[in-house]
Amino acid sequence: MLDKTETSQPESAPSDKDTKIDCRHIDVFYGEKQAIFDISMPIRDRSVTAFIGPSGCGKSTFLRCMNRMNDTIDGARVEGEIIMDGADINDPTVDPVLLRSRVGMVFQKPNPFPKSIFDNIAYGARIHGLASSKSDLENIVETSLVRAGLWDEVKDRLASPGTGLSGGQQQRLCIARAIAVNPEVILMDEPCSALDPIATARIEELIDELREQYCLVIVTHSMQQAARVSQNTAFFHLGKLIEMGETEMMFTNPSNQRTQDYITGRFG
Amino acid sequence: MLQTLGHIQIGWLLIASLAVTGFVSFYVGRTSMARAPASGPLERSHSQPNYHGYFMAMCAAVPAALIFILYLVLSGGFIRSQLVSELPDYVRSLGALELDQYVDRLFEHAAMRDPQPTGNDLFDAASSRLTELRGQSRLLMLILALGAGLAGFVYGLRKLNRQFRARDYVEMGIVGVLFLCAAIAILTTLGIILSLIFETIRFFNSEGSPGLFGFLFGTEWNAQTGEDFGTVPLFLGTLLIALLAMCVAAPIGLFSAIYLSEYASPTLRAWIKPILELLAGIPTVVYGFFAAMVVAPAVRSGAQWINSLPFTSDTLLSAQPQSALAAGLVMGIMIIPFVSSLSDDVINAVPQTLRNGALAMGATPSETVRNVVLPAALPGIIAALLLAVSRAIGETMIVVMAAGQRAQITADPTSDLTTITVQIVALLTGDTEFDSAKTLSAFALGFVLFSVTLIFNLIALRVVQRYREKYD
Amino acid sequence: MTDAPEATPIERPSSFASEAAMKRLKRRHAAERRFRAYGLVAIGFAILALLVLVLSILTQAWSAFTRHEVVFDLTMERELIAPEGRDQPEQIASNVTGFNTLVQQDLLATFPETGRTRQLRREVFALTTRLAVLPIAHKVAEQPDLIDETVSVRAALSDDLDLYLKGGATDRRAMVAGQAGIIAANEAGLIEIEEIGDSRFAAFQSAVADLEGTDPSVLLRVDDTWFTLESINTNSLIASYLTGPAPLLGDRYETPIDALIIKTPASNRTVSDRQIAWTTMLNEQGRIKRVFNSGLFTQADSTYPELAGAAAAIVGSIFTMIVTALFAIPVGILAAVYLEEFAPKNRLTDLIEVNINNLAAVPSIVFGLLGAAVFLNLFGMPRSVPLVGGLVLGLLVLPTVIIASRAALKSVPPSIRTAALGLGASRTQAVFHHVLPLAAPGILTGAIIAMARALGETAPLLLIGMVAFVNEVPTRADQESTVLPVLIYKWFSGAERAWEPMTSAVIIILLVFLVLMNLAAVMLRRRFERRW
Repeated sequence: MLDKTETSQPESAPSDKDTKIDCRHIDVFYGEKQAIFDISMPIRDRSVTAFIGPSGCGKSTFLRCMNRMNDTIDGARVEGEIIMDGADINDPTVDPVLLRSRVGMVFQKPNPFPKSIFDNIAYGARIHGLASSKSDLENIVETSLVRAGLWDEVKDRLASPGTGLSGGQQQRLCIARAIAVNPEVILMDEPCSALDPIATARIEELIDELREQYCLVIVTHSMQQAARVSQNTAFFHLGKLIEMGETEMMFTNPSNQRTQDYITGRFG
Repeated sequence: MLQTLGHIQIGWLLIASLAVTGFVSFYVGRTSMARAPASGPLERSHSQPNYHGYFMAMCAAVPAALIFILYLVLSGGFIRSQLVSELPDYVRSLGALELDQYVDRLFEHAAMRDPQPTGNDLFDAASSRLTELRGQSRLLMLILALGAGLAGFVYGLRKLNRQFRARDYVEMGIVGVLFLCAAIAILTTLGIILSLIFETIRFFNSEGSPGLFGFLFGTEWNAQTGEDFGTVPLFLGTLLIALLAMCVAAPIGLFSAIYLSEYASPTLRAWIKPILELLAGIPTVVYGFFAAMVVAPAVRSGAQWINSLPFTSDTLLSAQPQSALAAGLVMGIMIIPFVSSLSDDVINAVPQTLRNGALAMGATPSETVRNVVLPAALPGIIAALLLAVSRAIGETMIVVMAAGQRAQITADPTSDLTTITVQIVALLTGDTEFDSAKTLSAFALGFVLFSVTLIFNLIALRVVQRYREKYD
Repeated sequence: MTDAPEATPIERPSSFASEAAMKRLKRRHAAERRFRAYGLVAIGFAILALLVLVLSILTQAWSAFTRHEVVFDLTMERELIAPEGRDQPEQIASNVTGFNTLVQQDLLATFPETGRTRQLRREVFALTTRLAVLPIAHKVAEQPDLIDETVSVRAALSDDLDLYLKGGATDRRAMVAGQAGIIAANEAGLIEIEEIGDSRFAAFQSAVADLEGTDPSVLLRVDDTWFTLESINTNSLIASYLTGPAPLLGDRYETPIDALIIKTPASNRTVSDRQIAWTTMLNEQGRIKRVFNSGLFTQADSTYPELAGAAAAIVGSIFTMIVTALFAIPVGILAAVYLEEFAPKNRLTDLIEVNINNLAAVPSIVFGLLGAAVFLNLFGMPRSVPLVGGLVLGLLVLPTVIIASRAALKSVPPSIRTAALGLGASRTQAVFHHVLPLAAPGILTGAIIAMARALGETAPLLLIGMVAFVNEVPTRADQESTVLPVLIYKWFSGAERAWEPMTSAVIIILLVFLVLMNLAAVMLRRRFERRW
């Protein structure tokens, strides 16, 4: 508990050594249409950054820039620099496969593979060659499930299909799957929007725990959720970054009028 | 008069009389409705005058048409037996087959628009008597049909008033017609099953029939001479060629589908897909020509080259001018678009979120396809392959033109083979009598072919349907 | 909440950057490229197969769209073509023997040396087929004033020579062998042609030597006299007389010796050395013309390839398609309307649905069996007529039409139906006034594609006897006829080599029809496609 209160009160100005990802002047185009306009922001390590804003404001698109998932969409084009550990991830020499093994992602709808629970978790470790033996693999699966808080629920049925779990369990399975690759950053695209309140609370708790070891970025449409789990918040509107700052500041004393309007529920 | 009536084309008779009855009734129904006084300015009738007209036309034309149909079904046999009974005894004492042929000739002669006398008095008289009989029966039918039409007309007229819900009845009639159309599909299947079963039973009861066991497990096939009806060589030939075809179609179709759905840009896709579909639009007889003229000689020289290699025996491959390999290769090419478009459908039905999940973990696109997309799409792909196999088994023209006629059991793909469909064509082309074991064996083969493909199709369609439900 | 992970900081070995990990990544990317290449190879193979198929047929068909005809200036002698008692127009038109005699007389006059033996006459008369005079006969029958006039007419060259002139059937090479000196008879009864020393003689000698042991025919020609080469001496050629004016033995010629080396041995071809010589002469005299083979589109079938045409099959195909369309399209659309708009959800409807899907996958030959057993045997309908063929094909494509029509009906949004129902229209009215017209383009597209499939179908028609030999263009749907794909199969089975290009030509005609129909479907889709 003590540990937690310490990290949730970061220094007022993020120093360079705390910045995990530094985005500079990002523009995203879908064909002719521009979806993101000149966004720059630092994202801090070992903390949770929340993206909020009305739907269609580009927060998911921006999130997908950070592991280059936009590459998979025909006609999408990203301009600008995203510096992670000193290198621009949009550089043509950067391998998206390698990048994605360092920047994991959890999606809006739980998407377990139609395989067993074990295979779901083990998949990433297998393709990246993280385990040298079977016991290694079992170890990775167990640690990941433990970290995702799913171990006790599924340890007796690791061979049953992942699609048979409940929605909340499926989402934690997906988080465990992302953890198993041992990433540095975990991106979450509205991870609770398809879940009921109890499952949501469970995931939020998990996010809070993960913060100690990962850099987390979470897109959410729920301001309460952003307030509960994040340390920093960025407010997007119409593809532009309106305001970014410490969560407490943003929610108590936003500097921008539009942020104020959104937070107090006047639009959105 | 009777002679003229006997000569008119029955189709014209039908159309003319039905049209007249229909139009008259329609007109009567419509005008009687339009003239009927409205009981008040706001009163609305349930149905427009036209519907009253349609109702009347229906009332009159349907019974008349039923009489027509009854006539078409029954009259032929009746006229025939009547004519035979009137023929002199020495003609009737001919054998059943010859008598049949004689009467057939009579019918043919009488059906001519302007029959010339043949000089044979008996024949000419019988022919003219046949036309007369026909005229009589048609007159009777016309009278009956008119009577039925009139009865329907009167019935309809009595129902007609301003409040009558003519539209409901007309619509019921329309839906009835629609249902009949849909039922034709069932009738077709019934027709196929019944005729195949019926002729197959006749085959097993006919002289020279091998019995069920001999048919299914015999290893000698010489149906043209009517001696041996063992189908094992045909089954094996069919299987070998289908296997060869699938060896071409399955990997190529599947990989094209994967490339198109997972890698190709929209522009490339827009170009390649129609080109692949072109392959599906080419008639099978063209493929057969290609197989026989281009591929078979190439296969033969290839086999001869292999035979001439120092480390192979000179008789390793039989290198026939017609070969199972040529037919199989070309059939495979024909089936490529079939496999690729069906697999494309099932691959596209795999939700994008699954792909995203794998990609976001750092899987390469090919790993995503192999480990996530294909396992998810597997049931659908298996169903697609099953449908493709069923098509390969039932394909006819390519094997007829390129595979050969010799029934033999061999695993050498460069030798000529024969298949079920080739034998059906060989047995039924040209003039056929429907009572020899030779002809009937074609139906027994058809029955086997139909059953096998039916089972494949049923399984495949069931799997596809389940699969669709899962991801919808 | 009891199983919160112990907060031990996880060690990140940054194993990705390690050498082993990089190697692994490289391997994975190689696998990725391989996988992609498989896909490209597969597509490439399919496209290549299509190209080879179309090109091989096109190159073959090309030669069949033209043919060679021999020009004759014939005097139409009355006693031969229209003798007393046989001078009615229809008698003239069928007097093949009379006109043929005229042609034969002309050939004998052109090559007088052929009159000597029966064998030679038979060989020269085979330049044209007997029935090739039919168009001439028809022309004279129509214009009787041509009788006793001299008319320039054309008759088709025989199929084998036609193929020879088009460059097929034989592998040959023309060259100059040298300069002729004195031609004389030698002791062995052969003819010795003196070669007076020409630079081209050596080239000829080596060309012949190259073919040692393959038994080629080497034809020599001095002026208009043709010889076959027997052997080559150092400065003379030993040959035997083949045809043409008899050589003037002992005379000095001083003219070039033309040589025609035919690599295919005479026993392996259907044209003789003499026929090649005559055809070459006729060709040089300008008496052989290459013309567009209009007979392909105007003639019915024939046992002679040079006289055969696809007209009967084209007309038969059209009749068959009309019957198929009249049956399958209305029934298919109405069935689709029932299943999509009216059918209650019950077991019967399910049965019909499963049944239609199944029927669409039944092998086409089974429909042929159905036609043979039900239409021919049970109902006693005639064999080989478009009416029966059209019905069988109609049953065959009915499921396709139903499935396409249902898809089109399904794509009309339910809001249209509710709008119509909301105005007080009955369900039937809503469907027939609103839904069906909106679905019409899609239905029509599906129907055209189904018709295209029916047009290319062969196997079921074989079983109901549409392989009959039809030498007259049918005029009604209940007359014997054949259809294009069956004609392809029939001509393919023909023995003469000349059937091969003819078959390719018919394939091209069939493919053109199919392309037109598919284009129509595509245009229709483009023009009326509506996105809801």
